[in-house]
This record gives sequence, C-alpha cells and structure tokens, in this order.
Amino acid sequence: MRFSEAWLREWVNPPVDTRHLADQLSMAGLEVDAVEPAAPAFSGVRIGWVQSVAPHPDAEKLRICRVDLGEDAPIQIICGAANVAEGMKVPVATVGAVLPGDFKIKKAKLRGVESFGMICSAKELGLAESSEGILPLPADAPVGEDIRGWMALDDHCIEVDLTPDRGDCLSVSGLAREVAVINRAPLATPAIQPVAPLHDQSLPVHLEAPTACPRYVCRVIRDIDPSATTPWWMQERLRRGGIRAISPVVDVTNYVLLELGQPMHGFDLAKLDGEIRVRMAAEGERIALLNGEEATLRADTLVIADAGRAVALAGIMGGSETAVGPETRDVLLESAFFAPLAVSGKARSYGLHTDSSHRFERGVDPELQIRAIERATRLLIAIVGGEPGPVVEAISETDRPKPRALTLRHTRVAQVLGLALPEETILDILTRLGMHTEPTAEGWLVTPPSARFDLVQEVDLIADIGRIYGYDRIPVSHASSASVTRSTPEADFDLDRARLALVDRGFHEVITYSFVSPEMQALVDPDQEVLRLANPLSAELSTMRTSLWPGLIQTARYNQARQQERVRIFESGLRFRIGADGLTQTQGLAGLIVGSSESEQWGLASRAADFFDLKADVEALLALTGAPGRFGFVPGAHPALHPGQTASVECDGRAMGLLGMLHPSLAAQLDITGDAYLFELDIAPLSIGALPKHASISRFPSIRRDIAIIVDEAVTYAAIADCIRATETELLRDLVLFDLYTGKNIESGRKSLALGLILQASSQTLTDGVIEDTVRRILDRLASEFGARLRD
Amino acid sequence: MAELTRLGLVALQSAALDAIAAAADLAGLDQVRVRYLGKSGGLTTLLKQLGTLPADERPAAGQEINQAKVAVQDAIDRRKVVLEEASLTARLAAERIDVSLPGRGRRPGALHPVTRAMRRIERLFANAGFAVVEGPEVEDAYHNFEALNIPEHHPARAMHDTFYFDAELLLRTHTSPVQIRVMEEQAPPLKVIAPGRVYRCDSDLTHTPMFHQVEGLLVDEQVSFADLKGVLYDFLRNFFERDLELRFRPSYFPFTEPSAEVDIQCVICGGSGCRVCKQTGWLEVLGCGMVYPEVFRHVGIDPDRYLGYAFGMGVERLAMLRYGIDDIRLNFENDLRYLRQFS
Repeated sequence: MRFSEAWLREWVNPPVDTRHLADQLSMAGLEVDAVEPAAPAFSGVRIGWVQSVAPHPDAEKLRICRVDLGEDAPIQIICGAANVAEGMKVPVATVGAVLPGDFKIKKAKLRGVESFGMICSAKELGLAESSEGILPLPADAPVGEDIRGWMALDDHCIEVDLTPDRGDCLSVSGLAREVAVINRAPLATPAIQPVAPLHDQSLPVHLEAPTACPRYVCRVIRDIDPSATTPWWMQERLRRGGIRAISPVVDVTNYVLLELGQPMHGFDLAKLDGEIRVRMAAEGERIALLNGEEATLRADTLVIADAGRAVALAGIMGGSETAVGPETRDVLLESAFFAPLAVSGKARSYGLHTDSSHRFERGVDPELQIRAIERATRLLIAIVGGEPGPVVEAISETDRPKPRALTLRHTRVAQVLGLALPEETILDILTRLGMHTEPTAEGWLVTPPSARFDLVQEVDLIADIGRIYGYDRIPVSHASSASVTRSTPEADFDLDRARLALVDRGFHEVITYSFVSPEMQALVDPDQEVLRLANPLSAELSTMRTSLWPGLIQTARYNQARQQERVRIFESGLRFRIGADGLTQTQGLAGLIVGSSESEQWGLASRAADFFDLKADVEALLALTGAPGRFGFVPGAHPALHPGQTASVECDGRAMGLLGMLHPSLAAQLDITGDAYLFELDIAPLSIGALPKHASISRFPSIRRDIAIIVDEAVTYAAIADCIRATETELLRDLVLFDLYTGKNIESGRKSLALGLILQASSQTLTDGVIEDTVRRILDRLASEFGARLRD
Repeated sequence: MAELTRLGLVALQSAALDAIAAAADLAGLDQVRVRYLGKSGGLTTLLKQLGTLPADERPAAGQEINQAKVAVQDAIDRRKVVLEEASLTARLAAERIDVSLPGRGRRPGALHPVTRAMRRIERLFANAGFAVVEGPEVEDAYHNFEALNIPEHHPARAMHDTFYFDAELLLRTHTSPVQIRVMEEQAPPLKVIAPGRVYRCDSDLTHTPMFHQVEGLLVDEQVSFADLKGVLYDFLRNFFERDLELRFRPSYFPFTEPSAEVDIQCVICGGSGCRVCKQTGWLEVLGCGMVYPEVFRHVGIDPDRYLGYAFGMGVERLAMLRYGIDDIRLNFENDLRYLRQFS
C-alpha cells in the first residue's frame, strides 16, 4: 500500500516529522518499506499561460510560443511538443531553473530564434515514467505561481508492506485510524453526505450466492459528460498511491479504494441487460476481461452477471464488454462486500492479482459499502456531472458478518505478555482502537470494529494490546523455563564429528542444491526412480537428487574450470528416492577427491590420489562408529563407477555405501579432468551402538613374525586376513600388511603379500615353540584355503 | 724395578698422552685407549710382566704402572669430553635447517560457512537447554501449511513461493512444520530447535531457491512473550558477541500471536546507517511469536493449559552478517577459493 503523506495528514496530523511517522507505523506492525519524495527535486518552474503559438521559420517541428508568467511582458519560448496550443496553462522552467537530474535551464537559441525557458512534460518534472507532450495544467491554475507549491509536490509517498491480516489498513482512512491511536491524535473523518437521487432508475439485484456476497450496493448515474477529465489533484493523489489515472469513472473508484479501502466498479449501464445477479459461474462459462484476456470460469467462482452473462469476476476484475468507455453516458456504480473465503485464491487461480482482489481476500469492512458509494457519487458528479439515481442495497441479513464479542481475561493478558498491565491501560488501548467493551467478572467482553477481520480470538486482542502498548516496553525475562533434557545415545554416529574429521583430513564442505538437472541425475544414478518438481525454476533444477554425487561432480567441475586442480570436497544431506515403500528421504554423507593426493609441497613426491587415499578417509569415518570391524569393503558395482574399482561398503554384511572411481567414460562426458574418486555412505547404519569397552592390557611382551605368501591375484586381502584371524583367535593381537608385490620372480597371475603377525598371550611370555606352532597353523590354513605358498 | 723398565714406562705414558692429544675424533681416541689400556695394550702388558720382577720391587713398580694407567685413563676421559663436545657442535652445525620452510603434510579444509554459523546457533541454544530435532524436506501441505493455520488460499500461502510435486507434496518452505511433527510425537514440556534446508521458488540477487533456517519451539505451562524476548536477546547478543540493541516489531505469522519481527542494531555500522541496513540502522534477522491456539488444537495440545513460543531465523542471513559475506549466491557456488576463507 502506497499513499501520499499529505493526504494522510488531512485525516490525522500528529506533531511528528515524516521519518518519525514512518518509524511509528513500522513499530505498530505496519512496516514502512520506503519513503520517497512525491516529486524529485527541481526549482524555478512556474505556471504559464500560452498566449500565442507561431510556427518557427526554420524548423517544421518547433514553435515559437509567447508565454505569460504574470510579469510585465510575456516571454518567448521555443517548444517542440505537438500538443502545445494557445490558451493552455503549462509548467514553465524559466531561465535559471534546475530540473530533475540537475538539468539547468539557460537562455538558448534554437535554429536562430531565442528561447527563454522550457515548457515541461510530466516526465521532465519527474512526475511520470513517460509522457507525451507537455503537461497541460487546469484552466484555473494561477499564472506565475511556483508549481511545486501549487501542486503540493513537497510531499512524500510512503510505501507500507502490510501483513495479510491487516486488510483494514489498505486505505488512507485505515492508516489514519492507526496513526490517531498511536499518537492519541484526533481523527478528522470527512463527513460523507448522502447524495439525493434525481431520478428513480435502478437495476434489480439478486443475491444468488449470499454467503459469498451478502451485501451488494449499486447506483445508476445517468447522463455524464464523457469529455470531462479528472482533476489534477485527484490524478496526483492516485499517482502518489501508485495508480495511473485513466478516466473519471475509473479514477473515482480508485480514489475511493485508496481513501476508504472499498474496491468499486463502474459498468456502462447501456451494456447491461436488465438486472444484476450475483451468482456462481457456470462451469466453463467464459468472460472477456478488462485486461484483454478471456477467462474460462469454474463453478467455484463468484461472478456479477446481468440477465444473460457474466459481466465481472466478483471482487477481481470487470469484463471488457460492459466496461466504461469514452462513449459511456450512463454508469452503474458497484460497491459490494465479498466474503474473504469466497474470493481468496480465486484471482491467483486465474493468474490475476488486482488492487480489488488484494483487498477482498484480506477483508473489506462489511459496513462500508453505502458510505463508499455516496462518497464516489459525490466525487464523480463533481467531475462529470450527471444525475444519480437511488442507492440500491441487496443484503442477506443471515449471511452478512456480524460483530463478534470476544472474551478477554485480565489474567490472560499478563500470562501471554509476561507483563501485568493495569485495567485502565488495557481499557484505554481497547477504546482507542475503536473496540466496544463490557466489563465481566474476569475482564471484558470486547467487540472489535467491523473492519478488523484479524481479531477472532482472545489472544488476538492480547496481541493488539501488546502492539499498541509497545513490544519494546514488554520486559525481557530470563526466567529459565522447565529444562527439558533429552540426550542422544552416546553411541549414535555424530555427523558433526564426522564433518570435522573430514575437514581435518583436508576436505572442504560444500552445500549444493537438493535439485539437480535430469541429465546429470540420469548420468550418475540412472537406475533410480526420481521425484520431479511440478514447478521448477528451470529444467536445470527440476529433479530431486537421489545421490549426493551429482552436486559433488558439478562442484568439482566448477572448480576445475577455475584452476583448482586438487579438489577434496564432501557434503551431507538428504537423498530423495522412490522405492517399493514410496518416497524415502535418507541422510547421506559423500565425498569426492580428484587431483594430487597431497597439496603441492617440497620434500614430497607428487602423485595422483587413488582409490586407497579415499578409502583411508572412509575408514577414518567408519572408525568413528566405535566398531570399524563390523564394516567391510567388498567388490561392488554402480553405473557411475569404474567396474574394477568399486567397493560396496557393508555393515554386518548389508550394503550401506559405495566407494570407487568415477567411470572414465562418465568423467569424460562430465568434463572432469583426471581420475576422480567418490564415496557415499548412509548415515543411519553408522549408529550401530558401539560404546568403547575396556579390555585389560597383557603384561607380557608381544612378538612379531613376518611371513610372505604367494597367492592367486583373485584372492582378496580381506579373505586372507579373515582366514588368519579365524585361525588364531587367541594370540593374534594385530595383523599388518606391509608389502604387496607382483612382477619379477612372481609368476604371472599370482601376487606376494608380506604380512606381520603380532602375537601376544595374556598370561605368559610366548615360547618359541608356541610361536612356531601358531605361524605354522596359519600357513597350513592359508595353503589349504587359498593354495598359498610361502615365498622363498 | 729396573731403570730400563722405568724409562720404558715413562716413554710409554708420554707416547700415550701424545697420542690422546692427537686423537682427532672419538674413534681415534678409542684406538688409543685400546693401544695402551686394552687387553694387549702397552700398559696392560707392562702390568702383566710385573711377575717377572723380583718380589721386593713388585709393589713399587705396580704402583707406578697403575699411576701411569690412571693418568692415561684420565687424559682419555678428558679428551673424550672435548671430542664429544666438538662432535656435538659439528653435528648441530651440520644439522642446521631453514625453519622458515613450510611444514609438510596435509592442511585442513573447512566447514561451509552456513554449517559453521549453524553449529554456532545450535550450540548456543543447546547451552540454553534446547534439543536438536529434524524433519523431512519433502513435506505434505498439511504440515507445511494447514497445521500451521495457513489454509489453502490464505494470502500467506501465496507469499511462500512454494515448490510443488503434486497437490499434496511440496518442498518445505520453512522449518516450522518440524514444530508440528515434534508436537505430534512428544508431549509438553518441549524445548527444541530444528535446523535445516528450506526451499522457495525464488532466485535473484538476494534470493536462492534453497537456504537454511533454524526454528525454535518451547511449550510449557508458564511461558510468555517476555520469556521469548529474553531467549532471543541472549541468543543474538551471544551470537554476535556484542551488546546489541534489539527491536521487536509487531508482525504477522498465521501460526503465532502475538507475532514479531526482530531487528538488531546494524552490526556493520553500529546503527548509524549504512548500505547494508539501508540507512535504517536496523537489520531484520528473525521472526517469532507465541504459538497460536489453533496450532495447539491441530496437534492435540490443550491451549488453555499450555503456552508456547516459536521463532525462526535464516542462517545465511546470520552467516553473511557475521562473516561479512555480501552475496548469498556464493554459498551455493562452492568455489574453493571462497570456502577456504572459512578454514
């Protein structure tokens, strides 16, 4: 809502300056978004009277004007505007004037003829975004007077960003009421005198959907002057309210909309057929609208119709066929109350949003309609003349909103606000807000004014009391409320700790959008059914991710394109997958590395990061569970990964993650340079409930025996390690793989593994005999299971 | 003891002392020791030959040889100290390094600034006794809107720029639905915060279609707007580590009443007016209010017995103010040169 400060001050004029007034509004919950001057700074522009217009001898488009500025002699001005004419009143920038943009007016010579100033357009004065020709001023404009003062341009346009509950403040009168309450200032409500009918022509009104429209008021005004124009002061107020002037009928209805908050409509009476029916639309009924579009209506939409067809979308927009035009002589003015529930969402459903729908959705004062139509009548006939008929009011008593009496308990005010206000203070605030109060045993029975749709419960009244009293005056309490300690299980996986672990291992955390492009999604996780947004911002952001990898890959590519060759990144967040049980949203943790294993540094040979670099990072994460032994890496498969370098991460044999190299062909398609490695873990299975458990430390020395065995390449290290651990459960404390070798001296298809066995007993020093026996048992077992042979 | 032998001893001792003085390093010194004091060293041999002397000369001769041995051993020990010192000095000199060379190994990465701010927010509220809860990001319209007293066609719903999947499913537009989920599952008293991603169908210089919020909810029998002011004063002053002024502006949220927007004194200019606060001296940082009775009714909590407050804040906004970030979009470009600044 945008309005002229000067207009507001006609209603209520507290002794506060503009800035303070804006602060007051903001602090009363009517947030001021902007305060702008009604016109940009300019000076030296006066009202002139064009005495004569003569052609320029050397320029077809220029004219030589003699303009009277109320001085001894008229001045000569060369003007290029097509609309300049003898007898016009115009704004004249005299020599020495400064126009907006610091444009200084000097004496000039145009094609050999002297010019002592400039006749201005509305645009040149900063009063319009665009304009055609010079700005014609009304005939009664006083010649010679400074235009700033005469047009009251030293005003401000104040823009308030009203919350949806405060429909009552979508008018100058509504805002004025609030300002009066805040300042305890008198409110000068202009008296609205009924205009006596001069004839009895009217249209019958039928309320066929009385819940949606319980009150419809209209009036015929006959024989208006179609050539009349809207006075400049009204145009200016509309302009300062952000509304463009169009024609007297439209301008007057808009003026009343801004002034009182009542949306109105004017029909061309000649185009209406016999009667007004306020009814629901027939399904599929069509109407051509004022905005030039045609709408196909649904049966849930309220319309204004005549005997034959819909002529307006009730409370939203009029139809073009019955619109007031330059040839209109007789007008039907409409001032109705449409119930918020009946109109809310309707405008939007037809792709519309109007000043009218904005107000009806939030609630228009149901007691305002007659006053508004009388006000509009008086304004209109003052401009276009014409003869008003009687005011016709159709009303459904059962359906019209009735005053609601709300119980307000004095103790509840203190409970909610945390501040015990005296009864007098509460009563004073309620009274100033125009509420009717009746004392009760516990407090009051309060009836809010009809415009206050937002007050429906006791707590709404309490909020309003707090608001007017001042939120800033409510104390700040540090009383500790009931402490509610709900601890999480100690053994739960701590994602925050995991993030820090990755950070300490050189990863940067990234946050990418949860929606990705369908192409990327299809490349990275083609087998997964996806959830698609119905209204994405763009196709690029239309598909909910099923994996964190698309975001990581995109981020790697983004950074590689910016000379960041070494990338180590991770992200945690939800993945959205559709499976047999419908949609699941599960938390995951994923990482990507590409580039050298370590940042470039002296004394360390550079090499590209590989599978086992990332595996170490994953193992570090698994170690945080407290039970890394329950996790394993087995050969796995994923369409986005290298078939020979993919591990499925398992917990107790159940897959819960993947680790592997980005498939080279995918890397090429996705413009990733170098071998990239990815991992992704489900978070939930990481909470496996393992608390540390103390075991006593043996006092006896441990010994180490190294063995080197040769096995087939296909035998995995995990199988060998499992076999060794299973063979010796008691004495084996640790097992270290310290070399892996293929090549010279090892037959092809075989590999050599060098293992350190660390043995220790809990109750004695191991003897050579026990040690040799243990090693032999292990070797025998490896030989029988895998054909392992001791390397010479 | 024969004179000759005595002369021999003197010569031997003198030669030994010369050799000790000449030893250039510990190894050389040890060779000298072996040559004179070792099992078959000169002085040892003399001592062994003591038996060949007449019995009455033996004690005196033995004493002289032993004195010579002690003198030589003593000289060796002293020379050893000197040589050890020299050796250490040489080693230390040889091992001098350029301590200004960079350290080797892996440098840590960084948490994303939004996570960093989020952790700080979570910790401050955890200290105040709030438990962290989470909820789904793909939400249903009931939890995101209806249960929060935002019926279909409510103007507030149009203001949310919602991403939809179908008529029922959507991406949550705020973390407030987590309030509902918590109240559906747990009985009061409740004291929780819900951090997480939220989505709005909006993208321009100052909006990203995804951002983060932290929602707070407290439900108990005695809770007032004054308590809400208290918790937010504490939080914001601790978060910014400054005695900031706060301003509670009446506002409207369908799920709270009274409702307020909270402004802090501009942390950039201190309230005197700057570009960031649009010359107002104030920055809007969060919304809050007392839980609306309708919301309690939706989740089966008796609004006559319980009161509650709720608040919600944008994490990006707080992170940007705290770390001087001037463009919200940087947060989702994930440029490593940006992310490294938060190490």
